[in-house]
Amino acid sequence: MLGRLSWAAIPLYQPLPLYAMGVVGIIILAVLGVITRKGWWPYLWREWLTSVDHKRIGVMYLILALVMLLRGYSDAIMMRSQQAIAIGGAQGYLPPDHYDQIFSSHGTIMIFLVAMPFVVGLMNFVVPLQLGSRDVAFPVLNSVSFWLTASAALLINVSLVIGSFARTGWMGYPPLSELAFSPDEGVDYYLWLLQISGIGTLFAGINMVTTIIKLRAPGMTYFRMPIFCWSALTSSILIVVAFPILTATFVMLLLDRYVGMHFFTNDAGGNMMVYVNLFWAWGHPEVYILILPAFGVFSEVIATFSGKALFSYRSMVFALLAICVLSFMVWLHHFFTMGASADVNAFFGIMSMIIGVPTGVKVFNWLFTLYEGRVVFRTPLLFSIGFMVTFVIGGLTGVLLAVPPVDYVLHNSVFLVAHFHNVIIGGVIFGALAGYNYWFPKAFGFTLDERWGKASFGCWFVGFWLAFGPLYVLGLMGMTRRLQNIADPSWRPLLWVAELGAIIIFLGIVCQAVQLYVSIRTRESHRDLTGDPWRTGRTLEWATSSPPPPYNFAVLPRVETIDAFWEMKRRGLTAAEPVYETIQMPRNSPIGFVIAFFAVATGFALIWYIWWIAILGLLAILVTVMVFGWSENREREIPANEMARMERARLGLGRPA
Amino acid sequence: MTIATTDRVPIELVRGRGGGGPASTRTVVAYGFWIFIISDIAMFSALFAAYAVLSGRTAGGLTGRELIDLRHVFIETVCLLVSSYTCGLGALSAERGQRERYLVFAAFTFVLGAAFLFVEISDFVGMVRVGAGPWRSAYLSAFFTLVGMHGAHVTGGLLWLAYMVAQVIAKGLRPHVLRRLLCFSLFWHALDIVWVGVFTLVYLKGAR
Repeated sequence: MLGRLSWAAIPLYQPLPLYAMGVVGIIILAVLGVITRKGWWPYLWREWLTSVDHKRIGVMYLILALVMLLRGYSDAIMMRSQQAIAIGGAQGYLPPDHYDQIFSSHGTIMIFLVAMPFVVGLMNFVVPLQLGSRDVAFPVLNSVSFWLTASAALLINVSLVIGSFARTGWMGYPPLSELAFSPDEGVDYYLWLLQISGIGTLFAGINMVTTIIKLRAPGMTYFRMPIFCWSALTSSILIVVAFPILTATFVMLLLDRYVGMHFFTNDAGGNMMVYVNLFWAWGHPEVYILILPAFGVFSEVIATFSGKALFSYRSMVFALLAICVLSFMVWLHHFFTMGASADVNAFFGIMSMIIGVPTGVKVFNWLFTLYEGRVVFRTPLLFSIGFMVTFVIGGLTGVLLAVPPVDYVLHNSVFLVAHFHNVIIGGVIFGALAGYNYWFPKAFGFTLDERWGKASFGCWFVGFWLAFGPLYVLGLMGMTRRLQNIADPSWRPLLWVAELGAIIIFLGIVCQAVQLYVSIRTRESHRDLTGDPWRTGRTLEWATSSPPPPYNFAVLPRVETIDAFWEMKRRGLTAAEPVYETIQMPRNSPIGFVIAFFAVATGFALIWYIWWIAILGLLAILVTVMVFGWSENREREIPANEMARMERARLGLGRPA
Repeated sequence: MTIATTDRVPIELVRGRGGGGPASTRTVVAYGFWIFIISDIAMFSALFAAYAVLSGRTAGGLTGRELIDLRHVFIETVCLLVSSYTCGLGALSAERGQRERYLVFAAFTFVLGAAFLFVEISDFVGMVRVGAGPWRSAYLSAFFTLVGMHGAHVTGGLLWLAYMVAQVIAKGLRPHVLRRLLCFSLFWHALDIVWVGVFTLVYLKGAR
């Protein structure tokens, strides 16, 4: 009846997950209690859970990312503490089995449920505003994407309480992840939650590409698009082409595990290197899926806070496109030690160095944008400058690792761990936080507190270097990754420095929380009434109010140049009241939420072999899609006079003359 | 601040270069579906890659040469390609508002697709009976998964087709129904393209 699920799945013998479970449970109950007491459910359901507004969905993605960042960070500090304690004879406080689950879930959460929602959320919020359009191409699908990602987050947290998570690392390499060596539900949690979130991400990518190609405002040719939209386009193209590879690869591993096939097994002709190759054929584009939008954020932030147009816009676009193509030609550098021939390794080594060239072009463009600009050091710009310093060093160590003989020495060492945290924290996370500080006033109508913002940047920057600088050295000293116990006591000082760094990063996160709290408390004193809080905004999102109305633009803006809003300001086009037209807006829809509900049920049932729930869940999803597929009135009309009334109320104008 | 608008924009000058403003719903829907098809083909490409590596690894089991009957594959191919032709005729009739003709062609498409599936499934059953199921060797795992994934798409396509026929009967050829029909045709033709790859790489090459 319940497959292999039984009371034994709840880890009563391990105190740590139980505490975590208790704390998380109390927090969730408290939040739900407050919502119920205040009677917020109808509002939440109407305005958020069923919303198809790209801005609301973008904000929900960001909330998801921030919450999961806390979870991913807890894993990180637990690992760092274990490595700081369990040196020599000491065993630390985490038994190996638990430690293995923690490093696996840390990677899975940080990549798929922190970095991805952050990036997709920013794209969701910003791109339609920058394009001068009213929503994404498929608003309901957008809601489905978000809720599928949220389902995956729910499932990974369920694995904390019911059963265990994978012990295979976040890549899930076979044959370790095959049934023979990982017989319990851990790997199945990993596979099914990533299948669910992968489908959500794929839909988001399709939506973004279609929006950018087909829904730009009148006059916005490709070379008038804001650079963030270009970065979102290239990133989304990579999503569309790369994520299906991951889906197919996981399908094969699932068939191995559930049906007894032999794709990656040791026996019957299976070949695990097929998995490794396919995984990284997705995995390398994935890192560019994450970093390209961050590049877009930095480009916008640096131009805005330098009061200048971005230096060499076209070379920036071509660099993005070059990275988009080249990112598919370097995957083998993740496993030079596979033992391919010298020629093959040399090819991929050289390609990996070539892909550094367009990135270098971008760094110079940012520097030349700052050069002779009227630079204003607000928090987003600090993150951008911190990024440039950090990322260049991360890039250089990447070029080092791209030399096959060097890689043979450093493969799977903590040097590699330091390298990719260097580019992902220094690139993606700094980019996400810069974007968060930069666009927050657009989303909520008031700016974030500067003092706490700067403090959080300082902690992140210093904490990052203290946490990962020592790992470079330890890697060169021979320390491999994922060690539950450290054999060599001479590594202790550096591991303690790394622990200190992780604590300082935590202070950065605390500063961020305080910043949010303080900013909300004092919001009346820093309201953005103009829609252009930084005064030097260049692109169309600053042309509408903060927060924007549901339809973004009452009248679609007409674009004559690049940096359209800057040009409007320059010409002083504050315009007479426009002629309003009747517009169509998508209706809210519970489809995304309902599908995600059944996706969670199906995923959970498949993990625990509860076949009848799995079949019912899949049928329910099919029926939901068919009910939606039958509907036709998915849009509501806002008549022109209603538009005029709403706009006048919103802009504080008087009644029509 | 209000939105700055101006009538001085030379929209005409940029229309050919993507400056014509938002596209029509029909274009947006069809374009989005094209992108979906690209992603689907990327998924198949991963399965093709796995098949290419694993096709020789029979682990002492039966090989393609012993298992594949090209006459069956010929029948399957004819069924699928002709169904694509009738699907195209159906799409044309629908665009012209000829409901009855559309329904006739849809019926042909459905029957041909079902015939394809029947032959495929009976082949699969025959292979399992002689001890060549997907769990026998890496080659057979890759074979069943690649061909089966295409078959699963055809099955999904048939369900979708039946659902679209129901919509056409219940609602007539209204614009939103026509948009969905357009997506279905794109999907059905894309399955043909994938089949050409399967036919060549798995069957013609495997039967030698």
